[in-house]
Amino acid sequence: MSAASFYDLEGTLVSTNLVHTLGFYAKNQPSLWRSFKKSTTTLLSLPVFAITDQYSRKVFNDLFFKRYRGETEDRLRFFADELFESVLKPAVFPGSYDLIDKSRRLGLRQVVVTGALDFSVAPLMRHFGIEEYVANRLEFVNGVATGRLLPPVLAAATKASWIRNYAERERINLSDSYAYSDSMSDLPMLSIVGHPAAVNPDMRLRQTALHHDWPILNLK
Amino acid sequence: MSLQLRRKVHESVIYIDRDSAPRIIPSGEDFILEDLPIGTRVIYPKPPINGLPNRAAAIRYALNHPHDCDPLFAQLEPGMKITIAIDDISLPLPPMRTPDIRQTVLEIVLDMLAGHGVDDVHIIVANSLHRKMTEWEMKRMVGPAIFKEFHPDRYYNHDAEWSDGMIALGETKHKEPLRINRRCAESDLVIYVNINLVPMDGGHKSVAVGLCDYESLRAHHEPQTIRDSDSYMDPKRSALNHKVERLGKLVDQHMNVFHIETALNNRMYTGEMDFLIKNEDDFSAMDRMKFEAMRFTMGKMPRAARRKLLHSFPAQYEMIACHAGKTEPAHAKILEKNFDQYAIPINGQCDILITGIPDISPYNVYSILNPLLVQVMALGYHYNFYRNKPLLKKGGVMIVHHPCFDEFDHNFHPSYIEFFNRLLPETRDANVLRDKYEREFANNPSYIEMYRRGNAYHGAHPFFMWYWGENGRQHVGKVIAAGAENAHVPAMLGWERADNLTEAIAMARSYMGRSAEITMLHQPLIAVCDME
Repeated sequence: MSAASFYDLEGTLVSTNLVHTLGFYAKNQPSLWRSFKKSTTTLLSLPVFAITDQYSRKVFNDLFFKRYRGETEDRLRFFADELFESVLKPAVFPGSYDLIDKSRRLGLRQVVVTGALDFSVAPLMRHFGIEEYVANRLEFVNGVATGRLLPPVLAAATKASWIRNYAERERINLSDSYAYSDSMSDLPMLSIVGHPAAVNPDMRLRQTALHHDWPILNLK
Repeated sequence: MSLQLRRKVHESVIYIDRDSAPRIIPSGEDFILEDLPIGTRVIYPKPPINGLPNRAAAIRYALNHPHDCDPLFAQLEPGMKITIAIDDISLPLPPMRTPDIRQTVLEIVLDMLAGHGVDDVHIIVANSLHRKMTEWEMKRMVGPAIFKEFHPDRYYNHDAEWSDGMIALGETKHKEPLRINRRCAESDLVIYVNINLVPMDGGHKSVAVGLCDYESLRAHHEPQTIRDSDSYMDPKRSALNHKVERLGKLVDQHMNVFHIETALNNRMYTGEMDFLIKNEDDFSAMDRMKFEAMRFTMGKMPRAARRKLLHSFPAQYEMIACHAGKTEPAHAKILEKNFDQYAIPINGQCDILITGIPDISPYNVYSILNPLLVQVMALGYHYNFYRNKPLLKKGGVMIVHHPCFDEFDHNFHPSYIEFFNRLLPETRDANVLRDKYEREFANNPSYIEMYRRGNAYHGAHPFFMWYWGENGRQHVGKVIAAGAENAHVPAMLGWERADNLTEAIAMARSYMGRSAEITMLHQPLIAVCDME
């Protein structure tokens, strides 16, 4: 059986998070007024996002992705490359390349499991040379985003359950596999592999990693 | 006990009598006061050789009168590419008071290089697979002026996992590969600044080990080599040293190395801590007061604070010799001086060897002496303090005094934790560990990243620590951890435990007989027991 490295993306391999992506799209609206309005609303929502994220990732997702309601699919995809060049690529942690390179040389399959949106992730995955990734997908009706996510919504336990299914399908030995994340919400994902590691962790995950004697990496 | 054995052979060897004072035994961050059985032989550090009164002058003399090569100034030309490699924080122990000897050597050498128009100079810490030094430690080692001028672009740690930064030099006729730091290999001249604390240090080990990568290191840091080293403090009978010498000859074929070696005396502490290296029978009232004051103060402190306090006392070592030139002749001169300082003639092996484990090791500077390091200090370093034959008889009992707490430093020793908790319960067989798990740990991407970007020891390092105790493990019949605060750490290491030294001695005597010869190494001690 083979093994894999499972990565969370935002905060782990890149310094940006979902809000940076939302902010980029808010700034790039069809008119100046809409850009201003969207940017201001996003800015004012930050405390709410921060609080709900601490409370529950599911509640955060429900609230957060509503901000995409009314965005057209072609517009979101059109700006994805610019988002990558101007926001995501400069935010890649210097150590991410080495970490992926070492893992790849060990013969581990490289898999990114992220709660970010698929269209924003695709160019970054090409940049890393990672072919296997799973990301959240917005629901579109007639090419317009409804503000909801298509199931399965990748967050917390669903990431772990996706990895379990993937491992079963691809005959991956999870005991020999690695997982990397920065956030306490990914504790289930970290818990199901044999070699978990906390990367640039928040305080809660750092304490958990210390408690479980997991390696703590700083890729910055 | 025979009269021959009882006869006083050296000022550093004393025998416990009916009216002898109790002895101080370091045990981790604590100091225990214990009465030893009558007839116990106690080995103390040799009195320190006086340091050179003007060390800068001695260094200049060595640079201008090197062995088997031209003086340093005569080798310099404007525009040369020069790399200066220096020993890392594992030497000396504890870290010495400032200015560190390396700072003095660097100030003189850098001044000379600048005077000869040499601008392309890098300073590399030869940490091999040890942890990278922190900025604070690097600054303390070379002084603020050099640090400011060279760090971070031209003063940095060696990175054995940076593939572009390494280059293959070839292999020895025994098929030992050697990959070495590229900057050093491609320099016109490499100047190595060494501190020799024990006879195992220095010589070809400096470049061939300090600047190599994992694959090169595993050729000689392996169980059989350590088993064949009798002991590794005796270069002539050390298989490890023989292998390193072969690699050193390979280095000399490809690189121009100018070696600056220094020897230190053993004046570890002076002033308020000097009683730790004194014979307790000679204690003055002031010494007793200092000891009681320290015990009282430290007894009120939590362990972490005691550790911090102990690590804040710098060693007071002085330089007693400096030689430069080609590696082998310079090293031979320094070794002579090392043995002058450390060799203590000893008559007769013992059945029971007692050693306290102080909170001092090459691998826990400003950190925790975790169970694997306790093991390496006992069965590795303390056991190997001999020449000719071991101090302890084959099958004898070693009593180690240490609390054996189950504590690890997550930043410095992450792979040790997995080694201890996952591998040792499965096997303690060094060969099985090497064959089955060493590469997995060495290639673990998390450990590699923590080594490269953090301050962690390399993923394979706990294996080397286990192998390092291999000749001791093969020789000793039983190890008893006296004062161990738990049962599982000694059990995991394959040791027995006792509540205190008295109980441990009783247990050891039950194995070795009532008339067993007992010897204690009075720690902190750096010595080489010259067995008759």
